[in-house]
Amino acid sequence: MVRRVDPDSRRFRDIVRGKIRENLKHYISRGELIARQGKNSVSVPLPQIDIPNFRFGKTEQGGVGQGPGAEGTPLGGEAAEGGPEAGDQPGDHILEVDVSLAELAEILGEELELPRIEPKGTESIHTTKERYTGIHKSGPESLRHFKRTFKQALKRQIQTGHYDPDNPVIVPTRVDRRYRSWKTLSVPQSNAVIIYMMDVSGSMGNEQKEIVRIESFWLDTWLKSQYENIETRYIIHDAAARVVDAHTFFHIRESGGTKISSAYKLAKEVIEREFPPSEWNIYPFHFSDGDNWGGDDTSLCMNLLTEHLLPWSNIFCYGQVKSAYGSGQFIKDLREAFPSHERLILSEINSRDEILSSLKTFLGKGK
Amino acid sequence: MFESRTLTPRLEELRRTIRGHAVEFGLDFFDVIFELVDYDEMNMIASYGGFPTRYPHWRFGMQFEELQKSYSYGLSKIYELVINNDPCYAYLMRANPEVDQKLVMAHVYGHSDFFKNNYWFSKTNRKMVDTMANHAVLVRRAIDRYGLDEVEQWIDVCLSLENLIDPHAPYFRESTKQSEESIEEQKFATHGTKFKTKPYMEGFVNPPEVLKREREQRIKALEKEERFPAKPQRDVLSFLVENAPLKRWQREILAVVRDEAYYFAPQAMTKIMNEGWASYWHSKIMTTRALDASEVIDYADHHSGTLGTRPGVINPYKIGIELFRDIEERWNTGRFGPEYDACDDYRARQRWDKKLGLGREKIFEVRKIYNDITFIDEFLTQDFCERAQLFTYKFDRHSGNYVIDSREFQEVKGKLLDSLANMGRPVILVDDANFKNRGELHLTHDYQGVPLKLDYARATLENLHKVWTRGVHLETQVDGKKKLLSFGGTRHEEKVLG
Repeated sequence: MVRRVDPDSRRFRDIVRGKIRENLKHYISRGELIARQGKNSVSVPLPQIDIPNFRFGKTEQGGVGQGPGAEGTPLGGEAAEGGPEAGDQPGDHILEVDVSLAELAEILGEELELPRIEPKGTESIHTTKERYTGIHKSGPESLRHFKRTFKQALKRQIQTGHYDPDNPVIVPTRVDRRYRSWKTLSVPQSNAVIIYMMDVSGSMGNEQKEIVRIESFWLDTWLKSQYENIETRYIIHDAAARVVDAHTFFHIRESGGTKISSAYKLAKEVIEREFPPSEWNIYPFHFSDGDNWGGDDTSLCMNLLTEHLLPWSNIFCYGQVKSAYGSGQFIKDLREAFPSHERLILSEINSRDEILSSLKTFLGKGK
Repeated sequence: MFESRTLTPRLEELRRTIRGHAVEFGLDFFDVIFELVDYDEMNMIASYGGFPTRYPHWRFGMQFEELQKSYSYGLSKIYELVINNDPCYAYLMRANPEVDQKLVMAHVYGHSDFFKNNYWFSKTNRKMVDTMANHAVLVRRAIDRYGLDEVEQWIDVCLSLENLIDPHAPYFRESTKQSEESIEEQKFATHGTKFKTKPYMEGFVNPPEVLKREREQRIKALEKEERFPAKPQRDVLSFLVENAPLKRWQREILAVVRDEAYYFAPQAMTKIMNEGWASYWHSKIMTTRALDASEVIDYADHHSGTLGTRPGVINPYKIGIELFRDIEERWNTGRFGPEYDACDDYRARQRWDKKLGLGREKIFEVRKIYNDITFIDEFLTQDFCERAQLFTYKFDRHSGNYVIDSREFQEVKGKLLDSLANMGRPVILVDDANFKNRGELHLTHDYQGVPLKLDYARATLENLHKVWTRGVHLETQVDGKKKLLSFGGTRHEEKVLG
């Protein structure tokens, strides 16, 4: 049914989308959406959507209230937060609009002109799903369909002449009972795993980690919109690597040297153990400031990449975050070793403002 | 999925009973057509201000989303919705229990009586349902011709200026003719200064060419003084409709927005009285007639819900109903007039009862001729103010909170009246359409101690510029200084005035 309000609602959503697109760069570089993430949606603050008019500044206005309390008593939260005239007057609040992650990804895709991802391999994996679509005459009582049962009983009573409109009592019997039944559907499913690796050695400061955090939020958002089933693994490394949860990943601070190969080796093990490359689309992202401990380790990295990680992955992304201490050498080594590898994507992120373009670099290939 | 909106036989029966009670109490209302709706239909209707057809605009969609969200989070629920029209349309929520339906019906008959009889509603369009539908057609036609984006942007501009009306304009006719004429006359009558002299000296003492030059100078000075508009005008919207260089469809839409603003204005001007009156009657009808013993608890719960207060907010339902009851009580017992006012014996005042029994008659009279401002001004007494625990509050910079400022009667009353003046909006007048002799528009904010919200004021000036197409200026006060905010099409300027 088309409701009268639908066109206006849609128009409103369009305006919201337009505003988000317009301010996307701002949202991304400030990272403010991350804290507002719910389960499936993000609440986006939109400051300029309401229609301006000449009105009083609320703070200075004051007003009249009702209730007990001596002079000087602070009022409850309501007035203090939103302005006194909550209710029929438009307040000063910033409009917050819930946008689903899928929609946000779509906006990101539109703005960055990202191609849709083509899952690798021709054969996709099939999974089965149960759908309750049918009706059966037998089944477990827990699935009894009350409405159908009563309808059936009503039909029977009318047919047999046992129905009295003045005393409409309907008594279902055994034969009237109807049950919901399910069908098993086979649906193709595409699986993907994102493996985040980050250098947490002393040279990676808070700002660098914040950049990684923002970048990974948007990578997640986009990839989630492209695959039905997505897994995420987090690996941190300094001189040694380990798998951690998301919170630790973004908050831990270590010191010490850097051996990138340790992370690559661990990623290789994780993939071998959990995510067979024939069934999974694999997305490793590695962030570091480009410092590595000696040339030996770098050549070890190159070997791991050539032999395992690159052939297995859809794309392998390396993002180099600029830090005051890092030499930024590793990206040069990668460029030298793989002058133009189609699956290796490199990006240098010097500041928050460059996150957007780096996202475009990473995701722009549509793989 | 579409269920009929007509009342069920049982509700129809209840409606007839409640209507009978209302008539018996002397309420005199338009016919009320009740429709039965689900909560999302209710929210939908509410987001269009109660009207079945309105022009398309995104803000209705936004309101709908807000209502849906706050309903589904359990934060708010629309109980009653009635529109001022002949006949009135009112909506009942299908899922409400019977006692709520009765309460809402009684409340709605109260509103309908108020719409029909209150003077401030007397100039409103009673066929607004039809008019709104016509407005919708007009806007849709413009959209078909000029495209949604362009028309929508124009509506946004118009809505931004929507509150620049003169809520009292419908109640008097003012002629601007006179002042125009007098300037013309003055121009005609003016002449140079003649010195007294003997006739034969005339040509020397008052040489004709000097007199002529002087006269021309004076006419020029008069012309400079002559302003357009001749008098500052509060109905800025009508000034723009008449004088701004607009295309026809733009002018029509601006007029539509103005029309609707005038239609809604009396509701803002009588919020306290209107809700108070309706609450008074639902309470009277329910508690003395319609309530079944089994429903008392639910009724009391919902009634007290509507009358609940929060610090920092005046609940119009509560103040309204209590003032009406206070008036009824005072006129029943004769607690008014010079004799009562002069009495300063506390106990005598407490026991004062002249058994006049004029209360009911008085409140009917009050609902006929007062609006919120005159209502509060006339009937908010010191006794009432103390009983109702009214106070003023202000923003305390030190703690960043709003704090209770005073319980002094005069202060409370003054502040309350201030907040009701001009429906709680700043008074802004257009006083010069040829500012700087460059055809620019000059508005003045009639500053009463509360400054404007500046970012909004600037954004509104931008919209005003889209209407006037030349420079626009607003004189107001910022931080205690007179300032002129200007927007010339590209950037904002701000000038301190001496």
